[in-house]
Amino acid sequence: MELTGAQALIKSLEQQGVDTIFGLPGGAILPVYDPLLDSSIRHILVRHEQGAGHMAEGYAMATGRAGVAMVTSGPGATNIVTPITNAHMDSTPLVVITGQVATSSIGLDAFQECDITGITMGVTKHNFLVQSAHELPRAVAAAFHLATTGRPGPVLIDVPKDVAQSTMEWWYPAGVEEFDLPGYRPTVELDESAVARCVAMINGSERPVLYVGGGTLKSRASGELLAFAERTRIPVVTTLMARGVFPDSHDQHLGMPGMHGVYAAVTAIQRSDLLITLGARFDDRVTGKIASFAPDAKVIHVDIDRAEFGKIRRPDVALQSDVASALRAFDAAGATPKGLDGWWREIRSWQASYPLVYDEPEVDGPLRPQHVIESIARTAPAGTIVASGVGQHQMWTAQHWPFEEPNTWVNSGGAGTMGFGVPAAIGAKVGRPDRTVWCIDGDGCFQMTAQELVTARSEGIPIKVAILNNAYLGMVRQWQEMFYDERYSEVYLSPDLPDYVKWAEAMGCVGLRATNVKEMNDVIDEANQINDVPVVIDFRTDSTEKVFPMVPAGVSNDDILVHPSQRGGAR
Amino acid sequence: MNVPEPFAGEPVHSPVRHHILSVLVENKSGVLARIAGLFARRGFNIYSLAVAPSESHARFSRVTIVVDAESTPLEQIVGQLDKLVNVVAISDIAPREAVERELLLATIKTDVANRTSLLDTLGNAGAAIVDVDPGAVTVMLAGTPSACDDLERALEAFAEVELHRTGRVALPRLGRSTPATVEH
Repeated sequence: MELTGAQALIKSLEQQGVDTIFGLPGGAILPVYDPLLDSSIRHILVRHEQGAGHMAEGYAMATGRAGVAMVTSGPGATNIVTPITNAHMDSTPLVVITGQVATSSIGLDAFQECDITGITMGVTKHNFLVQSAHELPRAVAAAFHLATTGRPGPVLIDVPKDVAQSTMEWWYPAGVEEFDLPGYRPTVELDESAVARCVAMINGSERPVLYVGGGTLKSRASGELLAFAERTRIPVVTTLMARGVFPDSHDQHLGMPGMHGVYAAVTAIQRSDLLITLGARFDDRVTGKIASFAPDAKVIHVDIDRAEFGKIRRPDVALQSDVASALRAFDAAGATPKGLDGWWREIRSWQASYPLVYDEPEVDGPLRPQHVIESIARTAPAGTIVASGVGQHQMWTAQHWPFEEPNTWVNSGGAGTMGFGVPAAIGAKVGRPDRTVWCIDGDGCFQMTAQELVTARSEGIPIKVAILNNAYLGMVRQWQEMFYDERYSEVYLSPDLPDYVKWAEAMGCVGLRATNVKEMNDVIDEANQINDVPVVIDFRTDSTEKVFPMVPAGVSNDDILVHPSQRGGAR
Repeated sequence: MNVPEPFAGEPVHSPVRHHILSVLVENKSGVLARIAGLFARRGFNIYSLAVAPSESHARFSRVTIVVDAESTPLEQIVGQLDKLVNVVAISDIAPREAVERELLLATIKTDVANRTSLLDTLGNAGAAIVDVDPGAVTVMLAGTPSACDDLERALEAFAEVELHRTGRVALPRLGRSTPATVEH
């Protein structure tokens, strides 16, 4: 069967089971958009290529499958570099297809030419510049294999226009051995001696903590984690990237560690004698000042990526493995610390003294952002997926949204990409149309990518967006208040400009606004009734509200700042 | 005449912090950029780097990288390098376990006054003259990196020297009881 490269590309994507592509056409990718008309694959036409990338990420994070985006060459390709970088930092499986100028024009500064494989070399797991139509099926199959196995990540396939237009005899690689990846070995044998050393350390520990990171989600290890934690009674902390992998309602869950972590979670790590690190990477937002991070703890580091071992903190035992296999091995060996009653008594006292708190809102407003989040969560159906942008609203959501199951939290961790929320929520809803999807956003973030609500409206993707409108770039404002003598430099945005309700309506969405507690409850109820079009709510929140607890940048986790109402008695 | 044999002797030149990575890579366009980019963005220091087709010519190339294993732990460098999909195998060779060679080429302006001392210098180093014209000679030395270092220093005594070195290539020494390389 003779196909064009374009037809072969689409057929290869179908072969991979792709059901959705997020994208936007242009000159160099034009040939590929023609066979798309005859394909079963749904294409979501975005309004900006960055939106396509973040949607594909949201899709991937909500479903656990690779997200797919397709854009044209030049500016189309560079516009998707931010999502690619974001996916690289957060190990999100992504396959990005970019158009490229014809092979005969490459290197000649042709119209809309850019060296996208060169640009993305450092922010992809791998990328391909496909040289012939015959190579396209192999590139697609290899890209999905790379994106989804080992430590997942983004893979880019650059397709020159003449490659898409030329013909090939259809074939598809039958298996991994035909992917031509001689240097890629994603699976590793479990090192039994390392497992034995881990088990011995767990058995000998008195103050262990399960430091659970995003790799635990990626290896779908929530069941193994729950079984291991419940059998051993070891306390659990879940990082920003791991929220949802262990139920927040579980009494062994101390919450999120790090810069804006729960006091008990941060302090348990600090006082721990053994960190059982599962798919986490000792990010500076978790460790604070690294020299004083968990100073008495031995470290077990389980990761599929051995380059994480010793990158930040030298482990006492490094176990290269996916988290699920490692936990099964620990369980099989019966790893159990002796008695944790004293440890739990200490932890319970920290939890009792320093729970997550915020001041009650005044009845007439302004609203408290944490109260808004909790109020939305209270009325949201079980299994609701929540996305966010980056900043204060993200931290409040991570703190106050009750996460109960994996893949319900869609956020930008490592890269900290403002504007991630709206498109990521759209992608999540496309991947999980059965779920309610809320985006908790900030006013600054919303303004970066809000145009994708036009995409959502026209494609029939009814997400709900809560803007916590404090009229500021709130996290920057918080730092300027606390660390720059309240000298506010370029952080004010205005609560009324733009008019978010009118903007929402102009994009075909329902626009609502709440300035006090009663209105807040009313608009949340109203939003919950709307399931056919996107809803945007402008919640007017207190500009001075700050995220606590807080470990200032570069400071020891021991010097965590709790909420002002808890100070005095605090350490 | 007692000419030092540049192909013998222990590589005493190498401070311990040097490590030699012999990296087998797929022979595909952009691979060198991937390696160089990785070292640049991670802040790993390279002393030298040499690339050539390997024993299985068409498919693979061998890259010999001398790295600074003091500023960054070696396992970190190897771990990151191994994540490059085009990297097939990495052998880490400790300097004392390695046979290392490097090629030096130099063109030196000559005149009646310096010719004798130049020939002495070349003779002592075991270097060969590979090109001559009335006012200059081009010489080469294939030897240990330390022999190349010595010749480079000796040539500083001459005016107008244009000098080029390839960077070293290395293979494990034969006949050691313990394996000299660690395949990653």
